[in-house]
Amino acid sequence: MAKHWWKALAVLLLLYTIIAGFLVKVPAIENNQQSTRNLFFHVPMWVCMYTLFTISVANSILYLTKYDLKKDILASCAANVGVLFGLMGFVTGSLWATYTWGSTLTNDPKQIATAVALLIYLAYLVLRMSFTDIDKRARVSAIYNIFAFALLIPLTYIIPRMVDSLHPGSASSPGFKSKDTDGTLMMVFYPAFIGWTLLSVWIYTLLARYKRLELKNIFK
Amino acid sequence: MAALHQTLTLVKKDLVLELRQKYAFYGILLYIISTVFVINMMMGKPEEQIWNAQFWVVQLFVSVNAIAKSFMQESRGRLLYFYSVVHPRYFIAAKLLYNMLLMAIMSIIALVSCIVFLGNPIINVWYFVGVVMLGGISLSLLFTMLAAIAAQANQNAALMAIMGFPIMMPLLMMLANIARSAFVPVYQPGLLNMFLLLIGMDVLIIGLAMILFPFLWKD
Repeated sequence: MAKHWWKALAVLLLLYTIIAGFLVKVPAIENNQQSTRNLFFHVPMWVCMYTLFTISVANSILYLTKYDLKKDILASCAANVGVLFGLMGFVTGSLWATYTWGSTLTNDPKQIATAVALLIYLAYLVLRMSFTDIDKRARVSAIYNIFAFALLIPLTYIIPRMVDSLHPGSASSPGFKSKDTDGTLMMVFYPAFIGWTLLSVWIYTLLARYKRLELKNIFK
Repeated sequence: MAALHQTLTLVKKDLVLELRQKYAFYGILLYIISTVFVINMMMGKPEEQIWNAQFWVVQLFVSVNAIAKSFMQESRGRLLYFYSVVHPRYFIAAKLLYNMLLMAIMSIIALVSCIVFLGNPIINVWYFVGVVMLGGISLSLLFTMLAAIAAQANQNAALMAIMGFPIMMPLLMMLANIARSAFVPVYQPGLLNMFLLLIGMDVLIIGLAMILFPFLWKD
């Protein structure tokens, strides 16, 4: 039981996020009005995606040092769940953009960066499908994972912060924090962060366990 | 010293092969000219912004095609032979060098044929040539590594496009942005930063290729 406390924490935090997220009094921020509540759902997806992609690349590096197939399974599961959260972040963001920016798809650098990150990991998953030999698949996809991650994922994280963006919190637009005079937003926002991240890691461990059961006869 | 010698010998081997066959060179030449000619037939002489976009798309496809060949022409037996005589790091260094050279030449050819068929909206020619060389080299470095990965997946050319396009999208956007200064005499803020970012990316690709390629070759 001691090992599972963080799962309970995730459930509690997410319950709090959903209940408080819809009930709390949000400050009026420009044309956002009630859509500000999306902050508790959209922003954590982004963090979950990067967390999982980082887990994925860390496992790829571990695979190349020890050639342990379990690490490869972990890397692919993390990439899968990361893509799922990236997609959810993209959809919630696009929905938000439809009502505040006036267009579903904009030229916003953060939106483009997310699309690029998603495409890279979809390519990683497609690359994995093209091999029949498990060892070769593990090795080559680990190399691609490290190459793509080192080259771009940090960049998709840094560039949108440097250039002008429609997103709050970039070069020219202030973040939501300065408008949140009562601190009600941040009261839900930080627990939401932790809750969603824990949930994403939970899904990832479940998927990894399922995969390991599926390949039971390989891992003796 | 031995490292440099081995690398240069491998580059020379690729060059000699190319000079004897001339297959890649003329193949790509024909590819560039027919692509640019098709664009010319479809839209005549485009405006500068479209010209810029067309040019970089042509560059992209030329580099995919030119560099995909670099690992395909090596037979399995020959790769095994190289594996036994040189360190994989020198092998990839040689490939990177050779492809850089190839892409530099191809970039110039693409530029000339674009100017001939699509008109010349460039004001600052030398600046644009510089950007084109930098872009050609960046693309060649990136695709060399991806070609090496794709070569492991049964020489799947489609796979190279799938892996390559997401990675090179930001690179190409950056290049097209930098190149804009060659068409209109405006001041672009952050130009130097973008150059530094591009060069940094090139250095990173070389570093990663040197570290990761030896793992790729353990077959």
